[in-house]
Amino acid sequence: MAALFWVLGAAGAIIWTVMMALLLYALYFKPRIHAERTASLLVWIGGLAIPATGIVVLVIYTLPMMPSLRAQAGQPTIEVVGELYWWRVRYRLSDGRVVETANELHLPVGQRTDLALTSPDVIHSLWIPALAGKMDMIPGRTNRIALEPEREGRYGGICAELCGESHSFMRFEAVVQSPDALARWLGAQAADANPPATPEEKRGAALFHETGCGACHTIRGTQAEGRSGPDLTHVGSRERIAGGLLPNNQGTLAGWIAASQDLKPGNKMPSFAVLPGDDLRALAAYLAALK
Amino acid sequence: MNPPPQTRSFDPAQDPQDDPALREAQEHRLRQVWASPTGWRRLFETNNSTIGLWYTATAFSFFLFAGVLALLMRVQLAQPGASFLSPGVYNQALTVHGSAMMFLFAVPMFEAIAMLLMPQMIGARDLPFPRLSAFGFWCFLFGGVFFWGSILFNAAPQSGWFMYPPMATREAGIGADVWLLGLSFIEVASIAAAVELIVGVLKCRAPGMRINVMPLYGWYVLVVGVMILFAFPPLIAGDILFELNRAMGWPFFDAAKGGDPLLWQHLFWIFGHPEVYIVFLPSIALAAMIVPTIVRTPIFGYSWIVLAAVGTGFLSFGLWVHHMFTTGLPSISIGFFSAASQAVALPTGVQLFCFIATLMLGRVRRSLPMLWIIGAFAIFVLGGLTGMMVAVAPFDWVAHDTYFVVAHLHYVLIGGMLFPIIAGIYYYAPLVLGRTLSERAGRWAFWLGLVGFNVTFFPMHFTGLSGMPRRVATYPAGIGLETLNLISTIGAFIFAFAIGIIAADILLGLFRKRTGDAGRNPWGAGTLEWLAERPMQPWGMRCAPEVSSRYPLWDDPDFVRRYDEGRGLLPDAREGRRETVLTTVLDARPIQIQRLPAPSPLPMLSAIGLAGLFIFPTFHWTIPAMISGAFAAVFVLAWLWTGTNDIPEAPTKDAGRGITLPLHASGPSSIGWWAVFITMTGSSTAFASLVFAYFYYWTIHPVWPPAGTPVMSAFWPGIAAAAALAHWASMFAARRATDRSRPGLARLAMVVGAATALLSASALMLGPWSAGLDPKSHAYPATIWVLAGWSAAHLLLGMVAALYCLARSLVGRISAEFDGDLWNATLFAHFTVPTVLVTLAVMRLFPGSGGGP
Repeated sequence: MAALFWVLGAAGAIIWTVMMALLLYALYFKPRIHAERTASLLVWIGGLAIPATGIVVLVIYTLPMMPSLRAQAGQPTIEVVGELYWWRVRYRLSDGRVVETANELHLPVGQRTDLALTSPDVIHSLWIPALAGKMDMIPGRTNRIALEPEREGRYGGICAELCGESHSFMRFEAVVQSPDALARWLGAQAADANPPATPEEKRGAALFHETGCGACHTIRGTQAEGRSGPDLTHVGSRERIAGGLLPNNQGTLAGWIAASQDLKPGNKMPSFAVLPGDDLRALAAYLAALK
Repeated sequence: MNPPPQTRSFDPAQDPQDDPALREAQEHRLRQVWASPTGWRRLFETNNSTIGLWYTATAFSFFLFAGVLALLMRVQLAQPGASFLSPGVYNQALTVHGSAMMFLFAVPMFEAIAMLLMPQMIGARDLPFPRLSAFGFWCFLFGGVFFWGSILFNAAPQSGWFMYPPMATREAGIGADVWLLGLSFIEVASIAAAVELIVGVLKCRAPGMRINVMPLYGWYVLVVGVMILFAFPPLIAGDILFELNRAMGWPFFDAAKGGDPLLWQHLFWIFGHPEVYIVFLPSIALAAMIVPTIVRTPIFGYSWIVLAAVGTGFLSFGLWVHHMFTTGLPSISIGFFSAASQAVALPTGVQLFCFIATLMLGRVRRSLPMLWIIGAFAIFVLGGLTGMMVAVAPFDWVAHDTYFVVAHLHYVLIGGMLFPIIAGIYYYAPLVLGRTLSERAGRWAFWLGLVGFNVTFFPMHFTGLSGMPRRVATYPAGIGLETLNLISTIGAFIFAFAIGIIAADILLGLFRKRTGDAGRNPWGAGTLEWLAERPMQPWGMRCAPEVSSRYPLWDDPDFVRRYDEGRGLLPDAREGRRETVLTTVLDARPIQIQRLPAPSPLPMLSAIGLAGLFIFPTFHWTIPAMISGAFAAVFVLAWLWTGTNDIPEAPTKDAGRGITLPLHASGPSSIGWWAVFITMTGSSTAFASLVFAYFYYWTIHPVWPPAGTPVMSAFWPGIAAAAALAHWASMFAARRATDRSRPGLARLAMVVGAATALLSASALMLGPWSAGLDPKSHAYPATIWVLAGWSAAHLLLGMVAALYCLARSLVGRISAEFDGDLWNATLFAHFTVPTVLVTLAVMRLFPGSGGGP
């Protein structure tokens, strides 16, 4: 893709320079007034022959690139759902289990992964600038995109289609890792949540259920089975929270619970500003421990 | 029945115009007839020079306002994580900026400039429908202020200028309604202007100005007018579906109920892509007027340019999908639209090279307009080349919806539209403002503008490729976007300063007394608009001169003197009426004298009524909206009643030079018939878009109509078809009976015509109603209802037309000789009845709809 940019960019720069040179020549530097024949030749060659050839070359050069970038074959193993304003990610494991997480897309290095993209509410567009072009997520349709990352690492991703007030805060990370590491990670993600260990975490777990968080969030292995918000079974293992907006630690978790509407206006989670500070800390401690 | 033009021999030795006293008396009469009303009655003016000036000033003001919004956005983006604008306000700003630049500046500016300059370029005193110009202006002003004002109340739309559903259909508040209703109102005004300009170019040219002799500007206006006629109606159809979806829950774009959000994207971009050329071509047209003057050489490749403009117009309707490359369409259609998008470089290249060729053939004078044209060229070519890049689908998948595209579109629009318009402002200032603008300020503005523009937008190519999407209210620090954004913000202020210099120069000039009056035709141009006298005269043209070449002022040294002495058609206004000459479409033979209406408050009142009809529903004020709509209907009927198809005091009039022309025409040789024909072509395009929606759903649904849809009986559709055909036959019969001077029979046919139209409209609605089709349940019944409603509304208009003809007939204003109203009503039926029949076929005969095989 970088090669394509440089080829097109260089060709464009040459054409621009030639056209400007011709214009300035005609304006200021021509030694004499030219004959109509010369002018006619210029329009034939410059206005018609060269652009026509250029277009044919461009089409022949670029059209064959399309299939390799947008292959339709292959069974998608990951579903990504665009939500307001976060990403629901579902992995279909080879044993038939389904693991759901949010805002992190784990991919094996050096292998092609097919994604299925959908959206339940408005149009979003999935874009990981360092890995591939973008693909829209449209209600009522399932789009496909294939990713084949070549190097391990963490790559930023973002929603590229205006989707509402907090469109700019709809980010995520693609985590490219070795197939072994990915398998280990998926195994861990497939497990139920850790039970709370410390007294504060236990209080947090109790609060989680009393406050009704389970109406929207799932924590596998507990009574919390809500589906509208992100799955929190292993929320403590994620690098960032709130659709990439904040780093993940006890403090930011507490802050998010208390002020989600200030941090990310228009998202579906109400601010729980009424909770006392102790409760917020306990809740955050519980969540942070869900590794 | 139209009396033919008559020519008798004319002896130049006995030209009545030889008499200076006569000429002075003529000039006095013309001045009186064409003088603007004074005081507050000046608001009733309909003359193209005045309306064109108001229109231009209004569009330019909206441009400045939209520019201020861009500056606010640049301030917000100067730093990462800034909170100068909240995300909600930012989204309002980006939506209003884009929508206002497109709908309140780019398109209206074309109409405004064309209204202001084109009639005199082609040698007409005014446009053929001056009251329509005034009406369009008032619609534009009211709709624009309403739309623009919404952001001051924090109530503006937030979904971007493209308003993609389902986000926009679900948007809370009145913002989306403001967009839909406010801008639909302006789109109606745009179509009105297109009708007027097309008829103007085709019928109002000076005698002898054959179509291959008229200034290139006329050609561009013709091409763009026709493009508006085919591009805006799909958007209006989309707006109707959208508002029904939003206000009434008809699920056109709701995937859960059989709709599809992508249908809006298709309709929007079928409009949206031609739109780019609709704003680009008229500005190139200005360049086509300026460049020959600056080098004092006729344009090179006139026919090339005409063909290229027509070609661009055609191609532009085949490119819309390149705005949708990331929606997951099949590769085959992406490949096709990718290649088609690149093909548009051909006609564009031809036009640019013709300009270079023209420059090679003459000696260039250094001048401000030319400087701005050079800047336009440099910017536009770069934007065109990045356009070739994004036309390559694999590249577009990366660049789409990023700042790369923001850079691309601003290079295209500012280079292709704004810079040529500024060149035009400097070029035409002596003609319009009566003085030249400051050379020094102009050079400062140019260099600051060129530098500021590039500093703003060039870095954006890289901002986008570094991963910054469009339409984000902020971005995080540490991903390499800070410096590029800060540079863009600084550039934006430099650019704004340059625009400020130009605005200040124009404004200050209004208060200064006649400084820098460069005199008549200061550039030494060769075209008719430069005949304008100093001091300015209100008559548009002293007379309609005989034209035989593309640059009459250059080719005929005696031309200006003869024009000033009124040695052309219509040198007088003896009856105290505004008049202009109508000519034939191709070879511009004079065929009629068109009486033009005097200034009137009716256009403004109609626009006020229509404004209520469009604006009140935003607040769900249904009753005031209906009252307002009724007022609009009354004013429009009053407008038609006074001053269209009037019976003149004599059938013909001496136009001078030995030519006697009829004062009235009906049928295909009258301008009213042309206007109805052109308007109904636009209306049919909107209807075709609704039918397109039906078949689009058919292609995406395996079963269409959906299983379980109630079957409609053939009874009501059958009645509707029979009544529609009877309506058609009655209108024919009324015209035939009138031609044979049998008014009683004609009136009977008109009554039957009105009654059958009403019957057909009712039966059309009773079909889906009796079948129990619920438009809220699924996209299928919703589409059936909207098709039926569209056709029924046209039938009701047909009924009004029949009754109008009946009333005209009863007061003795329709006769075998003066049957223009009836011709127009019949023409309306020619369009309406097929619409009804297509609707019924889709409703009842389409496979699966219950009645088909």
